[in-house]
Amino acid sequence: MGLLNFIKKIEPDKKKSPLLHTAYDAFFTFAYAPNSVTKEGVHIRDGMDLKRLMVHVVLAMQLCYLFGTYNIGHQHFVAAGQYLGFMEGFHLKLAFGLIQLLPIFVVAHVVGLGIEFVVASKKGHPVEEGFLVSGALIPLIMPPDIPLWILALSVAFAVIIGKEAFGGTGMNIWNIALLARVFVFFAYPLTIAGDEVWIAGYEKIAGGQVAQYGWWHTGFFNSIFDALGLPLFTAGTAVVDGYSGATPLALAYQGGWEKVTQSFSSSQLFWGAIPGSIGETAKPLIIFGAIFLAVTKVASWRIMLSMFGGLVFGTIILNAWGATPFMSITWDQHLLMGSFLFAMAFMATDPVTASNTNTGKWIYGFLIGFTGILIRVINPAYPEGWMLAILFVNTFSPTIDHYVVEANIKKRLSNA
Amino acid sequence: MIGLSASLAVFGQSGSNSPNYFVSAVVGVSMFIGIWALITITNNLLFMEAKKVGIDTSKNDFSIIPSVDAAFRKTGNESSNAGFVRLNKGFDIKLAGKAKSVFLERGTNRIALKPTNFIGLSPIPKVEVVVGDSVKAGDVIFYDKKNPDVKFVSPVSGEVVAINRGDKRAIADIVILVDRNQSYKTFNVPSLDADRSTLVNFMMESGAWTMINQRPFDVIADANEIPSNIFISTFDSAPLAPDNNMVIQGQQDAFQKGIDVLAKLTSGQVHLGLSASAGKPFEGFTNVKKTVFSGKHPAGNVGVQIHHTAPIRGNAKVWTLGVQEVISIGNLFLTGKFDGSRVVAVTGGELSQTGYVRTYIGACVADLVAGDVKHDNVRYISGDVLSGKQVDKEGFLDFRADQLTVIKEGNEYELFGWLLPLAPRPTISGTFPNFLYPNYEFEANTNTHGEQRAFVESGQYEQVLPMDIYVQHLAKAVLAGDIEKMEGMGINELTEEDVALCEFVCTSKIPLQSIIRQGLDTMREQA
Repeated sequence: MGLLNFIKKIEPDKKKSPLLHTAYDAFFTFAYAPNSVTKEGVHIRDGMDLKRLMVHVVLAMQLCYLFGTYNIGHQHFVAAGQYLGFMEGFHLKLAFGLIQLLPIFVVAHVVGLGIEFVVASKKGHPVEEGFLVSGALIPLIMPPDIPLWILALSVAFAVIIGKEAFGGTGMNIWNIALLARVFVFFAYPLTIAGDEVWIAGYEKIAGGQVAQYGWWHTGFFNSIFDALGLPLFTAGTAVVDGYSGATPLALAYQGGWEKVTQSFSSSQLFWGAIPGSIGETAKPLIIFGAIFLAVTKVASWRIMLSMFGGLVFGTIILNAWGATPFMSITWDQHLLMGSFLFAMAFMATDPVTASNTNTGKWIYGFLIGFTGILIRVINPAYPEGWMLAILFVNTFSPTIDHYVVEANIKKRLSNA
Repeated sequence: MIGLSASLAVFGQSGSNSPNYFVSAVVGVSMFIGIWALITITNNLLFMEAKKVGIDTSKNDFSIIPSVDAAFRKTGNESSNAGFVRLNKGFDIKLAGKAKSVFLERGTNRIALKPTNFIGLSPIPKVEVVVGDSVKAGDVIFYDKKNPDVKFVSPVSGEVVAINRGDKRAIADIVILVDRNQSYKTFNVPSLDADRSTLVNFMMESGAWTMINQRPFDVIADANEIPSNIFISTFDSAPLAPDNNMVIQGQQDAFQKGIDVLAKLTSGQVHLGLSASAGKPFEGFTNVKKTVFSGKHPAGNVGVQIHHTAPIRGNAKVWTLGVQEVISIGNLFLTGKFDGSRVVAVTGGELSQTGYVRTYIGACVADLVAGDVKHDNVRYISGDVLSGKQVDKEGFLDFRADQLTVIKEGNEYELFGWLLPLAPRPTISGTFPNFLYPNYEFEANTNTHGEQRAFVESGQYEQVLPMDIYVQHLAKAVLAGDIEKMEGMGINELTEEDVALCEFVCTSKIPLQSIIRQGLDTMREQA
């Protein structure tokens, strides 16, 4: 009680310092559920609120975060030909992953939340929780080697133009995290083009390229590892000859499933020790997250199921066409590569940008699955399609809803 | 079909090694289309033949394959004249403080009539009494100058002690001190064979007309409009709602008489909605069409029952009444005296004793509670927690209320309340472990559990409303002021109590009932 009274006493004035008040309010409501009671309408309210909803989505992603962090380190050392077993050099890989991931995580949140705080203070309403999920998703869909300034620009773009310009949480048309990713995709294409950006820590992926270790590696962590008697980050670590750093999708584009299986086994693809965006590789963890969200009814199972159906349908048609080896890859093989499962579990199911009616959700998910697989297989420039497919169908989700509602209206009028 | 088999042969000889999903898919789809076309053509031929012969085609279903609804619908016992409707959507909120099946000895000292209970009434009705007048049960208290034939009468005999006014001199309530021994104004009851206008005039004169609720819009019934049907829901599925089986005891004759009167006033039928689990006491009534409803709340809402028996079409009007209102009308026709008595359930977790009280319309809350409340930080609600109205400790029940709920006010901060709630709370969300305790009775409080946000989650409202209405889109149409869309989406079929459960489950804490009321008021002004 004493703590609560103290906190209430230091509340900044709303008029004199709006930004401080907004920041205070955001942290206060984060810690304490407000004491407001119902006024008109229902007298009791459901225990679920938006903060709780958002936090459950973030929780579902945490396993992907853990694995993704570790995988950044694992891919780094595999490129150097060292510690090839997944669990070998555990401490080094974890440390490397953390050093790479934490700045990305912090920059995404500081930029995004900072913009949200400023806009909320200008408009005079409390900070709304939508960014909790977007901020957690953005690091997971970026390549591990992304320069921080590009990341900051893309987050600023997504939040200002994708969200606040439309009216804030609940009003955006396009998925915010994907807008950040698509900004990087279109504005800085050379940064993420090619195979090199998926392995962190080297300037170029070619034989003999030396790893770039900073003070955090050689100063901070090395001293800890030294004290514990564990192997250290060595300065001369270099990429082995012949290592290409290609992701499975890049290989599939070049030569179909046979080319993929030359470098990665099916089980490796499934369990996720492959290069890719930070969070998208560990399929069982994503499936666990998807089931968690579907069972707690935080995400819509209809969208997930229909997106899977769209994938299968599109793959069957492409298999029949069979013009390139990429087209002959079957749907179960497509599931193992790229970010389909991640997009299905976390991106497509965003309730604000998806269709609102249940019928609409079936159509929406199916269209994403179908369009996405077409983009992945037929598009010559970039072997992944889910980001573009989801943004594309996001544009049409109000239209889908419109026609579902129109059908309802017509049915009612015809019965009158 | 020939072309299909030819192409099959060509594909079959192509000699590809991998299983050709594409071919099998095409074959499957075209077979499906072929069978579907066959069935549709046959149905249309049957339909044309039936029309030629002269069978009524709008009511009967002419198809080879029965519709999914007809195939899986459990048909009631045809001889007992009852339909059966199973409602799959909805949610039962289990709260602590259900009324025990006993009658509590609580006297009623004061009652009040509130003109604000009647939607569409002008704010300053013409009041026929002054402070200090003695009135008998059935004497006119006030009437609306726009509709002077409909009289609002006193439910009790007593002395008028106060006429309280609110903003802009609108009448807030008229308080009457209740006599120890009741005296009644005697009415000349017309026989049931009289023509409709005689019965209507009698009911308007005697105050019984105010018992009738007209839909759409939940207003006082229009004497010039003949309703297409009359609906009575015999059970209330709201949280802590009273059990009407306690109410109907000893009043079966009055209820039957009320039904007979109402049957004369409509061009259609009087419909009774019975509960599948507890409808036995209402099975014996005649001159009605009974339908049994099985499902969670809001299965007991008369609006939901209307939607599933005879939905309101076009400009039609229907009437709805509660069980106690029908009993009042029946007693009026049986005895010639206005029956303003009510059985009120006194419920809620903050009372030491819950039960039923025999009292009158508009009873004083303090008399009903009789100081039995556990502490002071409570909220008194006339009605149930979902669609009831907050009243003062010294306030009065609403005209149609048959329940008083007393729950805790939730005006305290909770540390990380949204992440790790310490006290159990009712919710529809799977993120709480409530599914482990299906019969737990929650101590609800009035905390909002979060702040109001924009619409984020979708599908929640439709999950708990068993009607074919897209509530979220309807709410957006109301906020946008799109009248045609509101009407097309079925706002006329709704009233606040139907969307009250939707407002409860809303994650974004949107004031849905007030949005729907705003839409209904707009529609009413248009009409």
